[in-house]
Amino acid sequence: MCICIRIPTPLQKITKDKSEVMGKGKNIKELIENLEKDYPGIKERLYDEKENLRRFINIYVNEEDIRFLKGDETEIKDGDEISIIPAIAGG
Amino acid sequence: MSLSNEQIERYSRQIILNNIGGKGQEKLLSSKVLIIGAGGLGSPAALYLAAAGVGTIGIVDSDKVELNNLQRQILHSTKNVGKSKAESAKERINNLNSDVNVIPYILRLTSENILDIIKDYDIVIDGSDNFPTRYLVNDACVILKKPLSHGGIFKYDGQVMTIIPGESACYRCLFPQPPPPGLVPGCQEAGILGVVAGIIGLMQANEVLKYLLGIGELLTSKLLIFNAIESRFRIVKIPKNDNCFVCGKNPTLTKLIDYEEFCSVKKR
Repeated sequence: MCICIRIPTPLQKITKDKSEVMGKGKNIKELIENLEKDYPGIKERLYDEKENLRRFINIYVNEEDIRFLKGDETEIKDGDEISIIPAIAGG
Repeated sequence: MSLSNEQIERYSRQIILNNIGGKGQEKLLSSKVLIIGAGGLGSPAALYLAAAGVGTIGIVDSDKVELNNLQRQILHSTKNVGKSKAESAKERINNLNSDVNVIPYILRLTSENILDIIKDYDIVIDGSDNFPTRYLVNDACVILKKPLSHGGIFKYDGQVMTIIPGESACYRCLFPQPPPPGLVPGCQEAGILGVVAGIIGLMQANEVLKYLLGIGELLTSKLLIFNAIESRFRIVKIPKNDNCFVCGKNPTLTKLIDYEEFCSVKKR
């Protein structure tokens, strides 16, 4: 089972400059755990110390924000596109 | 208001568009747009809105023009290095179109002054360069029910959304809290490709024109994301958050927040 994850520019340092990586898992939580094995450091960019998803980075399954689905328990399947979208402030 | 012959000639290429016409042009000439930041986003937005004949444009910026701004901040020119950006913007805009009344505000927005500044405008463009200002602008616009065009850029990425308070999601519905200081680098540390600022700033100008004219579909409750490397646009949904502490059903924000007080944002 492979799922495509789109990595935003601010996190591409961790993914060795890749804007797209493949991952697996039955839900977002598992996907991120697995991602952490390949790209150490990514998890702490997405979760705070209390293991909550950070409030200035959103994760989308296709075009839906997981905060309005089941959070990191949101189930995912082959062919889904996962996007990580952080707040950016430049102007 | 009726259009002069010179105005009919100047704006003829858009007056002939269906949806605009003489009536639409008159609407633009009597409209007031506030642009926060005469930088990478504010520059293209201001120039195109001025060219289109938006009658009043307020420009808020406390900074002075620096040489390293000119790679993207096309309102300013080499001879204006060292000059106030708001003043430099006024000079450039009036050279382009003297129909436009440009009001410069050489100041930094705070919880004390923001409501007074935005209250007389029809719509606000956020082209600021830091999180404290962005959250302050969002909250103030929600409080005053002022439409807001949000744009943000970082390296090769851009984001745009339009906020109609009371109707569509606000910036805090999308990102409830700003990142703690130091976690997300700003433009000066990260770099930015000038054309990304141009593309996103013009998306904001486009949203503002449609809002003022009452035409088309706005980027409300949606986030448009652009990446310059892949030349790719994407749109994701932003549900209006009933629990949003600024625009939700039971808002708990009672006082505007100056995040600078506890964020050590590096000022230029």
